Amino acid sequence: MFDEILAHKNSIIHELDPRTRIISSLILSFAAALSDKFLILGIYFLISLALIYMASIDFFYIIKRLKPVFLFLLMIWIILPLTFQDKMFLKIPFFSFSKFLTLSIPGLELCAKITLKSITIVLIFVSLVATMTFASIGNGLHKLFVSDKMVFLILMTYRYISVIEHEYKKLLRAAKFRGFKPRTNLHSYRTYAYIAGMLFVRASNRAKRVYQAMVCRGFNGKFYTLDTFDSSKLSLIFIFIIFAITFFLVLIEAWI
Amino acid sequence: MNKPIIELENISFSYPDSNIKILDKLNFKVFKNDKIGIIAPNGSGKTTLFYTIMGLCKPFSGNIKILGKLVKTEKDFSFVRSKIGLMFQDADDQLFSPTVLDDVAFGPLNLGYSNIDACDIAKKILYDLGLEEFENSITHRLSGGQKRLVAFASVLAMKPSILLLDEPTAGLDTNAKEKIEKILMNLDISYIVISHEFNFINKITNKTVSMENGKIFKDDEVHIHQHEHIHKLGKLPHKHV
Ligand SMILES: Nc1ncnc2c1ncn2[C@@H]1O[C@H](COP(=O)(O)OP(=O)(O)OP(=O)(O)O)[C@@H](O)[C@H]1O
Ligand SMILES: [Mg+2]
Repeated sequence: MFDEILAHKNSIIHELDPRTRIISSLILSFAAALSDKFLILGIYFLISLALIYMASIDFFYIIKRLKPVFLFLLMIWIILPLTFQDKMFLKIPFFSFSKFLTLSIPGLELCAKITLKSITIVLIFVSLVATMTFASIGNGLHKLFVSDKMVFLILMTYRYISVIEHEYKKLLRAAKFRGFKPRTNLHSYRTYAYIAGMLFVRASNRAKRVYQAMVCRGFNGKFYTLDTFDSSKLSLIFIFIIFAITFFLVLIEAWI
Repeated sequence: MNKPIIELENISFSYPDSNIKILDKLNFKVFKNDKIGIIAPNGSGKTTLFYTIMGLCKPFSGNIKILGKLVKTEKDFSFVRSKIGLMFQDADDQLFSPTVLDDVAFGPLNLGYSNIDACDIAKKILYDLGLEEFENSITHRLSGGQKRLVAFASVLAMKPSILLLDEPTAGLDTNAKEKIEKILMNLDISYIVISHEFNFINKITNKTVSMENGKIFKDDEVHIHQHEHIHKLGKLPHKHV
């Protein structure tokens, strides 16, 4: 994420204006989240796959990126089917034959829906939003009338998270190169406490100086970006198609 | 009469929670075409002096005049910052954009140049410094020396009328150092350079000063002294002029 790997590629999606991408991703993910029919959800899922394909993102990469989502879903699959008390689907003997674990049909359905929805939404955001540099996202939000302060906050949070990560690695390296091996003793705990403390001090000092350096180069709270998005026609067509599809799907869902 | 472009009068400054005066009633004048080198020990307040000129450290007494104008408020200093370029001692502080080109273009964009112009300015400067191959490199993955050169480029891109360079050559190889020397010698703007390298300072400046006890000392008062040479009767007391 910190390296914005996906942002430096060429595809139709990458040529779209940041505003178009932010709005489209919001519309699609809201529609997908609110939809309740498997057929419609399936279509949204296909759309998200198409978007990934259009952004020319590697599928293996996506699977890797989805790991935390899968973990979350696994938890849901373990908990939900067992906690619904409706329509038994299957009884599993548990410990002794007098007690049973029951899987319920509505529980399984709900799980499947949540799975489909969350993967769809993540794919939509990866294909449309993660393919922008942070500066472009800021730029897009700014053009969508999100206030300067908010945009600044988002951009700086992003920037300083990577600074803190960097400082943490440096400190840990410094400790390791002088023979530090984590063990369960007071020395190790104290070292970790020092590293944590130093991390805060260093990160805040560094953040202050980065800000000073920005101010010295004429920064006044507004971000500009070099990324140019000139194919505004393409953006218009894209957003129109997204609108049309979503509208159509919502109608169908209301109808069936 | 030639008016100073930077004038510090009786500046006193200490960091919060400390009563050591890092700058103590300091007076300093920089004139047009001055190319000043500052050679002073570690911790003598050189970086602090630069920060004070840029308005990053607010002195508790004294006046700062830049290009003849008294500067006090944050708004005054934003004018100063568009005229004076400061290259930080730690290049890591200066580079925050994802790519090198983005970072070098950051200043020009802030000054109101269009995307295309800012991009052109950035590319030209990267080319002059022989960095064109790094245009799309990710800034935090550059080597220390490369970062320093990019930081130098990002300051030059602002087209400042005065340059403040905080140890620009630390950690650079001879080649990169010569590049910076050449660029500085071809610039017709005033600059102040902090460095611990006598040869470098000798080549590119026409005045040297030093700092001690929070004050600036001129050439003739400077008593830091470093050179190696051989000559006849070198053991006997002698004078260098
Ligand atoms: N943020 C700070 N808070 C408190 N004291 C500071 C701070 N920064 C610097 N100092 C102190 O101010 C003094 C001058 O620091 P400064 O960075 O200006 O020195 P310098 O001349 O640039 O040294 P160097 O050659 O090592 O870069 C030092 O003694 C230092 O301990
Ligand atoms: Mg310093």
